[in-house]
Amino acid sequence: MFTLGRRAFLKAGLAATTLAALDVHAQSLPFPAAGRVVIVGAGFAGATCARYLRLWSGGKVQVTLVERRPALISCPLSNLVLAGTQAIDRLTLSYDALSDRWGVRLIRDEVTDFDIERRLVRLAGGEQLPYDRLVLAPGIDFLWEELPALAESAAREHILHAWKAGPQTLSLRRQLLAMPDGGLFVLTIPKVPYRCPPGPYERACLVADYFKRHKPRSKVIILDANDDVVSKKALFVKAWQELYPGLIEYRPGSELKDVDLRERAAVLDFDRQRADVLNVIPPQRAGSIASRAGIKLLNQRWAEVDWLSMAATGAPGVHVIGDAVFPAPTMPKSAHMANQHGKLAAAAILRGLAGEPPGALPMLTNTCYSFVDPEHAIHVSSVHRYDAASRTLQPVPGAGGVSSVRNEAEGKFAWAWARNIWADTLL
Amino acid sequence: MKLIAVAAIGLLAASLAGHAADPDLARSLAAGCTGCHGTEGRAVPGAGFDSLAGFDQARMLQKLADFKSGSRPATVMHQIVKGYSDEQLALIAAYFAAQR
Repeated sequence: MFTLGRRAFLKAGLAATTLAALDVHAQSLPFPAAGRVVIVGAGFAGATCARYLRLWSGGKVQVTLVERRPALISCPLSNLVLAGTQAIDRLTLSYDALSDRWGVRLIRDEVTDFDIERRLVRLAGGEQLPYDRLVLAPGIDFLWEELPALAESAAREHILHAWKAGPQTLSLRRQLLAMPDGGLFVLTIPKVPYRCPPGPYERACLVADYFKRHKPRSKVIILDANDDVVSKKALFVKAWQELYPGLIEYRPGSELKDVDLRERAAVLDFDRQRADVLNVIPPQRAGSIASRAGIKLLNQRWAEVDWLSMAATGAPGVHVIGDAVFPAPTMPKSAHMANQHGKLAAAAILRGLAGEPPGALPMLTNTCYSFVDPEHAIHVSSVHRYDAASRTLQPVPGAGGVSSVRNEAEGKFAWAWARNIWADTLL
Repeated sequence: MKLIAVAAIGLLAASLAGHAADPDLARSLAAGCTGCHGTEGRAVPGAGFDSLAGFDQARMLQKLADFKSGSRPATVMHQIVKGYSDEQLALIAAYFAAQR
């Protein structure tokens, strides 16, 4: 009966156009204790968590979402902007439904500090936000200190990462447009783990696609710090050979040590590679907010969490989700996984606010599509199941896999995936 | 139909040894599907993936079984479905069948 009542309520809540209507319905129902949740960061993880906390609590739990950007710009599909086949506007997603439809309080601001003991967040704008649960979804920051020449932010206006979709994506596109035919595009990849494992290889494909169509004497050189292609290897290598013969050169075990700004060269241990356009995907760690909250970072980089609840180790009342988390075995830092983290945390937080333990067997899925040209895509999928013995999520043996071949159907599915996950995260 | 489906969720949840303590089990498992198939199974209309809300439970289970056996062609679903036990799939199917 409880389930039915909640269902009926949720249906009413979803149909309601105003938050007031949502609250009226919520009051008469036996819901878990109300609570206040503050979420910092509204990417795929934070926005999903906010939305599902409101959905699953029937509007009862107050959710405040702090985000400094005015909109979410989807990293998935953003390499198509580099190929010139998509406008970034199509990947720019409004937060309006989170506030207007779901009653999330959205604050465009930055966090200055945390008082974990008193459960308070302070914002640059001066406001203090008390909370019962805090969710950190800060994404990634870059380890510029490992690339001395790029320590100065001025240098980073010329040597771009474009690894957070937005102005950098557009700037890199402009560099590619300005590059003469016969030029060299050099892309550097950091050691794993980094955001979006297949993303750099997709980028190489789509830049090569642009060259093939408009600057056929140009070339892509991939300097990969890893010893091999780390995602969808066979499919990417086949695409490079068959679609872009002579256009893409892959050099494994080539870790970027620094950049020579004057020569626009990638500096390696025993070698250097000059470029016309140098695109550095820097080594990464959890967004700096995570360390400011005083939570435990493994290798001083990624937040350690209890995978039953996404609760941060050593910080009561704090959860961490998304790319900032130290990954479970074979788990990628992907938008899909961030969306899944958001739901896992939302379920556990609602249980926690009701004084109950989280579910005992979390299961998460992942699917990542990569375009090898503007119409053809490949995917990697996986299913991750909690394993009590190792206290982490493990890939389920025999599940998951990759595309059998690159194909046009999956080029369409990549868009279907994007439109659905954008909606499940924001609308 | 809805009553039956909801009752089925309860029975199935209770029958999974060790998981009876989690009243949200079906919802949490189904949340693994909703990134592609829409919140509560309501996919974006016309985007290209099936809506699962209100989908007949028996038909969905047959479809999932066919993905698992390989008799139904797929690009991704034959890989994802192998991550779940038949009991879990039954819970997921019952959950979506109960959505309207």
